[in-house]
This record gives sequence, structure tokens and C-alpha cells, in this order.
Amino acid sequence: MNFQAVKAIYMFEMARTGRTLFQSIVAPVISTALYFVVFGAAIGSRITDVDGVSYGAFIVPGLLMLSLLTQSISNASFGIYMPRFVGTIYELLSAPISFLEIVLGYVGAAATKSVIIGLIILATAGFFVPLQVAHPLWMMFFLLLTAVTFSLFGFIIGVWADSFEKLQIIPLLVITPLVFLGGSFYSLSMLPPVWQTVTLFNPVVYLISGFRWSFYGIADVNIIWSLVMIMVFLTACLAIIWWIFRTGYRIKN
Amino acid sequence: MQPLISVSDLSKTYDSGFQALKNVSLDIMPGEILALLGPNGAGKTTLISIVCGIVNPSSGTVTVAGHDIIHDYRITRSLIGLVPQELTTDAFETVRATVTFSRGLFGKKPDPGHIEKVLRSLSLWDKRDEKIITLSGGMKRRVLIAKALSHEPRILFLDEPTAGVDVELRKDMWKLVRSLRDDGVTIILTTHYIEEAEAIADRVGVINRGEIILVEDKAELMSKLGKKQLVLDLQKPLDRLPDSLREYSLELAADGSQLVFTYDTQADRTGITALLAALSEAELRFRDLNTSQSSLEDIFVTLVSDDETREKP
Repeated sequence: MNFQAVKAIYMFEMARTGRTLFQSIVAPVISTALYFVVFGAAIGSRITDVDGVSYGAFIVPGLLMLSLLTQSISNASFGIYMPRFVGTIYELLSAPISFLEIVLGYVGAAATKSVIIGLIILATAGFFVPLQVAHPLWMMFFLLLTAVTFSLFGFIIGVWADSFEKLQIIPLLVITPLVFLGGSFYSLSMLPPVWQTVTLFNPVVYLISGFRWSFYGIADVNIIWSLVMIMVFLTACLAIIWWIFRTGYRIKN
Repeated sequence: MQPLISVSDLSKTYDSGFQALKNVSLDIMPGEILALLGPNGAGKTTLISIVCGIVNPSSGTVTVAGHDIIHDYRITRSLIGLVPQELTTDAFETVRATVTFSRGLFGKKPDPGHIEKVLRSLSLWDKRDEKIITLSGGMKRRVLIAKALSHEPRILFLDEPTAGVDVELRKDMWKLVRSLRDDGVTIILTTHYIEEAEAIADRVGVINRGEIILVEDKAELMSKLGKKQLVLDLQKPLDRLPDSLREYSLELAADGSQLVFTYDTQADRTGITALLAALSEAELRFRDLNTSQSSLEDIFVTLVSDDETREKP
């Protein structure tokens, strides 16, 4: 195992975050704070409690998930897309490192950044709404696992994309709608029965539900299903990455 | 002596169907400077890319210091430094950060002392904290070399190191290559500047359309294939060659004011003495004479065009 290389990639990526501090950390925090101001404080005060939780507090896990998913994907996809785009990938390919180490470096850094952003947003939320975390360990577990899984997913997108447009398309056109329709802003029980069933095909529902359970002890679906789903995601991403590196897909001729 | 790099029967066909290398075999000895000459698209970069691990071979094997480049990639790659042809650098990193990154990537513990030494040897020390994007093309080229040297490689690949580089930097580069060789580094460079191969290489390989046409000691190659010409400036121009001189391979040049005699330096008898005697017999007087040897460029052009005529049906 070439730990020096993993460290080098990790530090390189974290330095990139440091250089683009505003865009990387301040921007997502501000946009999430706006959600809290509008939905939590302004509109939220006129909405009745959901399952005994004030509306402002109810949307915290969903908003966190939204940031976590989009940030993980964009960090990791950008991280591996740039060397491909600029051409500096030659150095990764000619270095004595395995693909596992490349993934560890890039995905580790992307996930770290997402978790940091998640925790900052959580702290920000505390200023606007009364927060409680019923199961802090589970909360951290979901936070970490989601960050890692979607950073892996982002890595796959970064390898697949051959233009900046493709890099943006999945987070914008797939992930954001799935999160909005996945119960970030409402409980599934508020939907008509037909749509409740349809929604269950949205994988993000399970993530948000499990995450919300760790905060308030309430969930739309059984917590076991949430765990199963995230493990399925993780396994699928690992399998695709394993395949990418076996075949050299879009990385190596 | 065991070769440091041994390429045998290496072929590469890209997905597009383009066959970049055809059964290439080549041994590179420790401590030498080998220049790979060839026109654009000849397969030079593909060959280097395979040895460095950037491109997968279609068939054949490559060993570096006795280790297979695929099974023992960690060992072989840690011995090699690569300076690519394109100026591919990060834009917003500082010079020192990017060189330090390369060292880490190759599994070496941080060593600021070594990084400083490398940067100084490439006149980059003053620029160490500047972002790469602010550097000139020549400076970026130096940064790429510094990155390749950051992990103290035993083998250095330079892919067209002096393409688009000014004369001063080119000379600097040659000096650096020689001093690296003196430190025991084996250097393989590709170029289509013949002048470059002539100036610094120990051996020359000529590659054309995916095949190695020849690999030869530079001096031997030049003497073997090198033709020499004797040019005589005549006092009075001639309309035509006198009959008594027909048996010599002579040509009239410069409107009859020069006689050019082509001969083979390797032959036992070059025919110069006889020619001079015949000239004085014909009462031809000359003002000046000089000899010139064909350059590597002439040799190269001959080889590549021979190769191309042979291939044509």
C-alpha cells in the first residue's frame, strides 16, 4: 500500500478546497441558510408540526441530505475530471499506485469536505430552528456513509463525463429532483396513497427517512430498509468502480 | 551487461484500429542516453507511454530492471520519471506544491532538501511559491522536469523535451541531461530535432510507422551511413566534365565552378589520391577545397524515405 500517494492525493484535493474556500464551503452554507430563513422561519411558522416536530426542524435532515449528496458528487467528480481534462492524469497513471489508492485519495477528500460542510450546515441550522439529535452515533454513521457512497458515485461521473455539461447533468437533473421529491420538505404520509407507493421507488426517500430517524426518532420507512438501501448503493458504486479500473474505461487506452 | 529496459515483441493497436507499434524489440542499457528519432505519429510516444504504464500494450512484454511492468508495476514505475510532451500542469498550484505532490505520488517520504536541490538545478527556486499559471512555457517545461525528478528516478523519459523551446533553454536542457547521466540516470528522449540527438545521445533509434528501423551507436551510425563529400572550388568554371574524369563519381556544381566528389569514409581506398592526380593531369586548378560529412538528419531522411519506398507496392 502506497500511503504516501494516498496522502499526497488527499492533501492535494484538500488544498484545492482551501483555495476555493468561498465557493466550496461558504456558498453551500449560505444557500442552505436561505432555506431555513424562508421555510423554517418565515413560512414554517405558519405550517403545523409534522409528526410532532416543528416544520423548520423537520426539514433539517432533508436539507442536509441535499447538500451532502450534491456536494459529494460535485467534489469527487470534479476532482477526477480535472486531471483527465487538463491531462495531468498521466502522472497518476505512471505512478506506482493502485487504483484503490487513487480512489481512496480522491473519494476520501471529497467525503471529508462534504462531512465538514454537513456539520457546518447543521450548526447553522441550530441558529434558526430548535434542533435535537436523538441518535447522534447513527446520525454520524448516516452522514459518513452517505458522504462516502455519493463521493464514489461522483468519482464514477467524473470518469464517465467527457464535457463539463455532463459533469453537471446528474447532480442537477437527477439528484436534486430526487431529493426534493424524496420527502425533504414533507412526510410521505402527507401524500395521496398512489404517490406514496410511487415515491417508494425513489431511492433517496430511504436515505432521508433514515437520516431523519436519527434526529427525531420518526421515519417514513423502516430504518432497516434505509440501511439496506445505502448498502446497496455503496456496493453498486464499488462494483462499477472496480469495473472501471479493470477495463481502464475512459482512463487508459 | 544486463539491459535496464528490455522491450520485446511489443505491439499496440488502439481501439480505433490504428496500429501504433508493430513487434517492437529494444534493449536500453544502464547509464546511456538513447534518442528515439521518428516523424510525427511514428509511435515514439506510444512506446514511452506503455513503458510508463499510461497505455496498455496489446501484446509483448517490457521489463525494467528485470521486473515486468504489469505484474511488478510498483517497482518499475518507482524507477521511472516521465516528462510528457504536452505542457500538462495544474494551473493554480505553486511550483513547490506540485513538485512535492509528485514525490508523494511516487511513494517517497517528503524531503524538502531534495525538492530544493531539484528546483535549484532547474533555475526554478526563485519561482517556487508562484502559481504555475503565471509561468512562461519554458518555465512550465522545467516544472514538468522537476516533477519527474522529484522522486529520484533511475530512468528518465523525456518526450520531445525541447519542442517549442528557445535556444538557451535547449542548451540548458542538454546540460541537465548530461549531468543527470553523470549521476547514473539512464535517459531516453524522443525528438524530431536531429541536432538534439546528434548533440547528446549515445545511441540513436529510428522509429517509423510503428517499427524500429535501426538502433545504433551514434558515432558508428554516422560513420557507417555517413557519406563524405570533397568540394573543389575551381579557378575557371567548366562547361562540362572532362572525359578523363568520367570514371570518378564527380559532379559539376555551382554553374561549373565547383567539382563535388562523393566517397565512402569506410572504404579502404577512398580514391582521393587518384582523383587529385587525375585533376592535375587534366590541368584543372582549384582555389580551395573542403570536405563535409552528412549529418544525422541526412541519414535519417534517407532511412525514413527508404523505408517508405520499400513499403509501397
